[in-house]
Amino acid sequence: MTMHAQIQPAPQFGETPFTRKKRRNEMIAQGIFAVMVACIVIPLFLIVGYLIKEGVSLISWEFLTTNPTGGMRKGGIWSALLGTFWLVGTSLCISAPIGVLAAVYLNEYAKDNWFNRVVNLAVVNLAGVPSIVHALFGLGAFVLFAGMGRSIIAASLTLAIMTMPVIIASTKEALAAVPRQFREACWNVGATKWQTIWRIVLPNSVSGILTGVILQVSRTAGETAPIMFTGAVFYRKIEEGNLFAYGLGDQCMALSMHLFTVTTQVTNAPHALPFAIATVLLAFVLLVNLTAILFRSWLRNRKKW
Amino acid sequence: MVTPKVQVENLRLSYGSKEVIHGISFDIEPNEILGIIGPAQSGKTSLLRCINRTMEFTAGNKMSGTIRVDGEDTAKMSDVYGLRRRIGMVAPLPVGLPLTIYDNVAFAPRAAGMNNKSELSALVEKCLRQAALWDEVKDRLDSLGTKLSGGQQQRLTIARALSHSPEILCLDEFSIAIDPVTTMRIEDVLKELKKDMTIILVTNLVQQARRLAARTMFMWNGEIIELGPTEQLFGDNPKDKRTHDYVNGIFG
Repeated sequence: MTMHAQIQPAPQFGETPFTRKKRRNEMIAQGIFAVMVACIVIPLFLIVGYLIKEGVSLISWEFLTTNPTGGMRKGGIWSALLGTFWLVGTSLCISAPIGVLAAVYLNEYAKDNWFNRVVNLAVVNLAGVPSIVHALFGLGAFVLFAGMGRSIIAASLTLAIMTMPVIIASTKEALAAVPRQFREACWNVGATKWQTIWRIVLPNSVSGILTGVILQVSRTAGETAPIMFTGAVFYRKIEEGNLFAYGLGDQCMALSMHLFTVTTQVTNAPHALPFAIATVLLAFVLLVNLTAILFRSWLRNRKKW
Repeated sequence: MVTPKVQVENLRLSYGSKEVIHGISFDIEPNEILGIIGPAQSGKTSLLRCINRTMEFTAGNKMSGTIRVDGEDTAKMSDVYGLRRRIGMVAPLPVGLPLTIYDNVAFAPRAAGMNNKSELSALVEKCLRQAALWDEVKDRLDSLGTKLSGGQQQRLTIARALSHSPEILCLDEFSIAIDPVTTMRIEDVLKELKKDMTIILVTNLVQQARRLAARTMFMWNGEIIELGPTEQLFGDNPKDKRTHDYVNGIFG
């Protein structure tokens, strides 16, 4: 009985050791996260800033639209820029539809049995294979066995093989994020699986699917190894100003490869040249990403739940 | 003798090694409201999913026994989508599809190939009226179904279940997200609908079964404890003492 009288009611909204501790922990947590963000962002800006600072003196419209000349020490990067454009475009045209459709099958139709589990495991593992291994596969399968020779199509196929597992994995994630109850509601009213996928699942996962595909654009544009053996060359002169100066069976230059060449193989290249190439490569990727981000945010505004 | 609308014969269902329905048999007469009551995990929802064959989408289940609709074995029906259209299903949690209110209701008829605009509009209005939702949404049919309140979404779900003119309407605890007044309005609608269809009413509100159902089935742990006229189950002398305890809330 006397117990009750002894207990002092705690001040309800005042400072107590417990609330002080909570506030301190909150600040520490927030601080750690902020520092981590800084660790990512600061180097990024330093890198990009440095590239631009060193390379900007060379960049001009003429630089973008003329072929390299003078043993790649002079002139522009037209043939490399157009080559990258073709490689990215072609490989994306191959890997995006196949990857997305395969992911739809795996996520929506495939039953949970040992075979499909093996397939899923293979996809995940393939996504982690180093690009040089894909390059060797591309050389063996497309260049030599299929007889395509070193060409844009062989290089694009190699790049497509490299990006496809990642597209499959990310598309599957996006599809799985659509709540199952939507599917069940559709099945309950007698809709087929395909009607459900077409009218409900795909419209609501398209922005996620797109994100996965877009990330692969950057990867495709940046990789050097897979195209080195399969279709990219050190030097090639093409018609300036013609977007279709390359054919699918041609060999091509590429920005990533060109950057590699200029830095390691060409002596006495102007100091600013590699930086300018890198800046253009970055800008290319950024431009593609930006388009996709805008498209995605437009889609997201129409998101339905 | 009339063919029962639904005949369930020795239905067994197991998920993996766990059997959840232990061989139950019962008939549902045409145009009756059958109330199904029973605690959670007694197999009520699973039973409904066996009837419209959406159980097929759940991996790892094993079903045996026969379910007949109008005397025809559902397992042998080649057009499973046709079967599902004959059965309206309302799930316990409201699911507004991420479409407009109009498209939510028009989804099933469109999936079945109906394209005539004026017919669709008339159908949408009719179903929304039946689900007691029309007056609240008639001015914003093109806004999103998912933006409606929980109770409104539930009525939208009911409207969608009615949109394919089912012969059998399965309501799985439909009133869970609806206020009592709206529940009463829908119950009145159900009494109307009974003229045209057979209704299976799974409910946790035992009094709801008492108000609506001519016969009530008490399920527990995957078995039918008692199936009989509602007055009998709710009266002083049901056949099984557990029924008496359950409907009077002194179970356990």
